[in-house]
Amino acid sequence: MKARISYIAANTFREAVRDRVLYNLIAFALLLVGAAILVGQISIDIERLVVINLGLTAVSLFGMLIAIFIGIGLVSKEIEKRTLYTMFSRPVRRWEFIVGKFFGLAGTLVVNTFLMAIGVFAALLYVSHHLQKPDAWLLVALYFIILQFLMITAIALLFSSFSSPLLSAVFAFSLFVVGSFAEDLRGFAAMTKGVTRWLATGAAYLIPNFSALNVISSVAHGEAVSGQLVFYNSAYALFYAALALCGAVLIFERRDLK
Amino acid sequence: MSAIQILGLEKTYTIGFWRKRPKRALRPLHLAVEEGEIFGFLGPNGAGKTTTLKLLMGLVSPTAGSARILGIDANDPRVKAQIGFLPEQPYFYDYLTARELLEYYGQLSGIPAKDRGGKVEAMLQRVGLPDAGDIQLRKFSKGMLQRVGIAQAILHDPKVVFLDEPMSGLDPMGRREVRDLIEQLKKEGKTVFFSTHILSDAEALCDRVAIIHLGELRSVGVVADLTSSMHGKVELIWQGAVVPASIRALGAECHLSADTMRAVLAEDKQDAAIDALRREKLRLVSITPVRATLEDYFLQNLRSENAPSEVMA
Amino acid sequence: MKPARGTTVIASILLIACLSGTVFTLDRVDRLRTGASLEEILYISSPKVLKRLSLGYDGLLADVYWTRAVQYFGHKHRSNPENYKLLAPLLEITTYLDPHLVVAYEFGANFLASPLPDGAGEPERAVQLIENGIRANPDEWRLYYNLGFIYYMEMSDYAKAAHAFARGSERPGAHSFLKILAASMAQHAGELETARMLWITTFESTHDKQIKSNALAHLRALKVEEDVTNLEKLVARYRERTGRLPASLNDFVSAGMLPGISVDPTGRPYKLMPDGTIEVRNPDDFPFITKGLPPGRQAPRPDFGKLKMDLPP
Repeated sequence: MKARISYIAANTFREAVRDRVLYNLIAFALLLVGAAILVGQISIDIERLVVINLGLTAVSLFGMLIAIFIGIGLVSKEIEKRTLYTMFSRPVRRWEFIVGKFFGLAGTLVVNTFLMAIGVFAALLYVSHHLQKPDAWLLVALYFIILQFLMITAIALLFSSFSSPLLSAVFAFSLFVVGSFAEDLRGFAAMTKGVTRWLATGAAYLIPNFSALNVISSVAHGEAVSGQLVFYNSAYALFYAALALCGAVLIFERRDLK
Repeated sequence: MSAIQILGLEKTYTIGFWRKRPKRALRPLHLAVEEGEIFGFLGPNGAGKTTTLKLLMGLVSPTAGSARILGIDANDPRVKAQIGFLPEQPYFYDYLTARELLEYYGQLSGIPAKDRGGKVEAMLQRVGLPDAGDIQLRKFSKGMLQRVGIAQAILHDPKVVFLDEPMSGLDPMGRREVRDLIEQLKKEGKTVFFSTHILSDAEALCDRVAIIHLGELRSVGVVADLTSSMHGKVELIWQGAVVPASIRALGAECHLSADTMRAVLAEDKQDAAIDALRREKLRLVSITPVRATLEDYFLQNLRSENAPSEVMA
Repeated sequence: MKPARGTTVIASILLIACLSGTVFTLDRVDRLRTGASLEEILYISSPKVLKRLSLGYDGLLADVYWTRAVQYFGHKHRSNPENYKLLAPLLEITTYLDPHLVVAYEFGANFLASPLPDGAGEPERAVQLIENGIRANPDEWRLYYNLGFIYYMEMSDYAKAAHAFARGSERPGAHSFLKILAASMAQHAGELETARMLWITTFESTHDKQIKSNALAHLRALKVEEDVTNLEKLVARYRERTGRLPASLNDFVSAGMLPGISVDPTGRPYKLMPDGTIEVRNPDDFPFITKGLPPGRQAPRPDFGKLKMDLPP
């Protein structure tokens, strides 16, 4: 079981690599180099800020796009192309397939983020000639970004298990946008009354909370992130990803592969 | 113990998104396939062959009924290690090479790592792709894909092999090879269950066949038994381009080829026809009994009811 | 394939467990980050940048910031704050993103201008905010009214207040009090009647509940102060007439000085203390009052949620 999940994950990773997903790194590198050269010629002080803000935002956006656009096809594409016929006539259970796919894409994103992170640090070194101690908080921001990827990958996989790729992309992307305002939405919900309040609060809690995972601007200002926040954010992201995966498994178990 | 036992398997799909309506793909099907048999599952396109195979593979869930393979419920994951499946017009991860695909499927089937490499090489050899192992599948022709498909179905040495239209898309040589391979599998003691709409393949290979039409099982049996129920025919060939009126009157179908005339007519009219030829002083070249084919069987039994059953009901 | 029962059960249990897990951890995260999403606006505090970042969805973003402003004020207000430093930037961003969101200017006039701890104590910034609002919405009489209100209440600049009220009264649909306010500004500066008129106008013209209850609390306070002043005058007159203090408010009625027992805006009779001073029964009902309180006691902080919404006579 564990072996099969890892084989499926490894194959998913191989697919992403062969489909030239990692080419996004070239675009990312060009963006960083351009930004570093540009801000290198502007004022002092702000250049670090720009490199960190721009770099981390790009890491997050590139990864989100990859997570969504590969994630939505992970299941539906295999159904459509009928590659699953030969998969499930083997001792592979459907939940193993879902979990394997999740880890495959998550692994791809981790590798991608790792390579991008090297780029961000290199650019930072280029503009400010030395790294400072608060730059270590960048690692926390990057870790939070990866947590976001885990969540969005699971969400995309969930949609992929019952919906067409186009609709899944729309759903997943909307959730990404809405989830970035999750704290405000819970604020909205708290202002309503009665039944509406219950419904709105329920919905607000179901929406993935990306706002607490976005600490880019605060680490760009060299601010520390509390250990408690790291702990609870990690727990939250893992719970949420597992939640979406369970949903995907429950749906996919019941699907006819026509 | 039967290799495959189908107990009232039934499937009704619901189609349409807003206004769901049922579409019956398979009526309750009862069937038993013995171990070591080559079993043909015959029927025209859309008869329910692929649906049956998908039900057996657990790709779709049955509306009712169940199936056992090697005495174990077909849903049981333990069964899956013992069976191989070639889908119709198989499609594989086209970013993999043939060797990588077989390697991956070998992993998923639980072949131990130390045996895997050897098995994959042997299998590439066996299906006639010894030099194509490192080519990405997206560059494969339809026939080559079919070979890879067969390779993945038998890679893990399954006891029961399911093949959906294994000969389709192959050239005559390829068909011959697949035919030989199926016979070989039988010699190895495996049970082969294959579906086809090409009757000559089934005729040449199968110990027994089942005929399915419009989602309903029509008959099961040895090919010879099925065809023996048909009225026999004979073929007469004589010299000269003349067809005596008395022979025409017997209901013969006549064709002129070069300077000989060929007529096919019912077996019991044979003597009358020979008498007629004698009277006309025509030289008889040969008399051959014509063996009934499954095609005849199809034409005779199924032609009249091509209308979909839903409409009839 | 029938969905495997074991998988379904385990996945369902896990689903519920994870759902509770997300709710629990989210709650913790929220507690750790009270106001954190607000602190972040300091990083992008330029409304212009935000407007560009909103990619044309500035209306939506304005609503988001408006909610943040209200929530920020609500949270802070409960905790007896030393400042409301983010209130002004939040309102400025909100109104830059959506210059026609009149309620945001109104909110600013009421809670940005009034002194701590019930407001941010930044009347200059409030004036600036409203002036911006007037530029964007020149026909909105309430903005002129709000401007005059700040000048009168918080800055005691009666000339400017009169000018603002006068301009406002010329706008379509303006409240009839505005003309009177403009006229009475000069003579009646500092009078209870003027203040009452201002708060009534606020109460009647706004739809925002917090602003409404704030106005209501002020109106009640004015009523209590007026009553207490009158009753204490009566006590003095009673003493002059009889040479002693009244034992209870009933003495006024029997002496023909009052038609009945005076009650406060919640309907409770006032208390006559042994030393001849007047107190309200329940000081907790009356934020903002300066008279009628037990010695040494300060007016309670207003709880906008609890106040009843009917205008006192």
